[in-house]
Amino acid sequence: MPTTTINGHDITVDDEGFMTVYDEWDEATGRALADAIGVEMTDEHWAVIRFVREDFRAQGATPTIRRVSTAGGVDTKRLFQLFPKKPAKKMAYIAGLPKPAGCV
Amino acid sequence: MEGMRTLLILGGGTAGSIAANRLRRKLPASQWRITVVDVDDHHRYQPGYLFVPFGTYSPRQVTRSRRANLADGIPLVYGEVDRVEPEASTVLLTDGRRLEYDALVIATGVTPRPDQTEGMLGPLWRDSVHEFYTYEGSLALAEKLRDWPGGRLAISVVEMPIKCPVAPLEFAFLADAHFTRRGMRDSVEMTYVTPLPGAFTKPIAAQAFGDTLDEKGIALEADFMLMEIDNDARKLVSYDEREVPFDLLVTVPVNMGAEFVARSGLGNELNLVPVDRFTQQARAYPNIFALGDANDIPASKAGSVAHFEIDVFVENFLQYVQGEEMTHRFDGHANCFIETGGGRAMLIDFNYHTEPLPGRFPIAGVGPLSLLKPTRLNHLGKLAFRWMYWNVLIPGRPMGLPSHMSTAGKRTDLVTAGQP
Repeated sequence: MPTTTINGHDITVDDEGFMTVYDEWDEATGRALADAIGVEMTDEHWAVIRFVREDFRAQGATPTIRRVSTAGGVDTKRLFQLFPKKPAKKMAYIAGLPKPAGCV
Repeated sequence: MEGMRTLLILGGGTAGSIAANRLRRKLPASQWRITVVDVDDHHRYQPGYLFVPFGTYSPRQVTRSRRANLADGIPLVYGEVDRVEPEASTVLLTDGRRLEYDALVIATGVTPRPDQTEGMLGPLWRDSVHEFYTYEGSLALAEKLRDWPGGRLAISVVEMPIKCPVAPLEFAFLADAHFTRRGMRDSVEMTYVTPLPGAFTKPIAAQAFGDTLDEKGIALEADFMLMEIDNDARKLVSYDEREVPFDLLVTVPVNMGAEFVARSGLGNELNLVPVDRFTQQARAYPNIFALGDANDIPASKAGSVAHFEIDVFVENFLQYVQGEEMTHRFDGHANCFIETGGGRAMLIDFNYHTEPLPGRFPIAGVGPLSLLKPTRLNHLGKLAFRWMYWNVLIPGRPMGLPSHMSTAGKRTDLVTAGQP
């Protein structure tokens, strides 16, 4: 696994830059990752990111858009506004979680 | 009877029937009662729905009696499940009957839910908006295609996971062949619309299927998260405001598990039962298992998965009833034929960790079947499978294929990176 330095910290990432070690993440890292993909973080963004972090810890998998909207209470349309074009990937990227797995 | 225990199986489809038939042979009739619950006696051969719209299969060819498919000594109770009461180990039916169990198998699958997408059940439903994931839907689409004059045909997958994830691609390939055969291919503009980043989930197969779409002149609209179907303007609208116009839409609605799963507090956001991916034991209750499409394992929702999964489940369940630790592990193995039109089909074989790869199957280097390559023999295999389904798979007879996937004979060198 490659490592990269963001915001002065070394983090472990996959080929596409998704973090692979849950505990290497903190909010400063999340902010730097958001900057890197052009997402300006508001309180609403942070609420979503905290939900997906918590949900990953409880469920062991990066949540889908449907899960964030039903269990996290932010509807899909809003998620597309907060994280334009590819919300599932962007949420995972900023939250330091593995890229959402597509099942076969 | 004193000491008699009950295994209750909810759902008499592919997974429920295989599990019941296999376990009936393994569990002593003096100790275990096995009862199956379902709403009716129609066991549908769901892979056949794909062929109904093109007139290849008649409705009769995809239906048999559930009761007749269950071995002697397995009663089928007709009834709709209201809820499972896991703390009391009982199942309540909507007519008020209460069934007790010692162990419960949930095998009620997933169902297409057009109600989950705005505009899908609008005025165009079953008129210009069709699906082929139900018996009624595949018949209605056959009727539509019989005299459809051509125009813009959109084939859309709303959201993953769906039952048989290759079926919409197969539909596209078969539709191309159908219109070509009728001499009207030039008057049909086809677009394949998917929420996935490519034609399929896994990179090497996605490439192979994407190339096939290209060759057939079918446009690919990827990363398309459907927000609504605009009935007036006849177009699909995505959350990021892209649009795909259509004259005929063939869609795969959101697939969800049974509503009683949600009412019983046993499901996730898609009403799928969270289970251990290796044993299919419900994470919340040790005496509940969920098999086939009804569970949340990261594998295809397909009869093939159910079949290999139940091979492993039966071994584990026999340990479970003895109070022993379950030591067998399902690896997510599945294989399936993919119709590519013109009497040819591809074959894929994969599991949790190894994506579909080119090669030969089932004997390395020899075959006789080719993986990820359209051949006549694969097509014959697909057609022969309907016989296998009723006569070998559902009765629970050995198929002669190992439950665990093998990488022998596969081009594993093609996998670059990213495999866990």
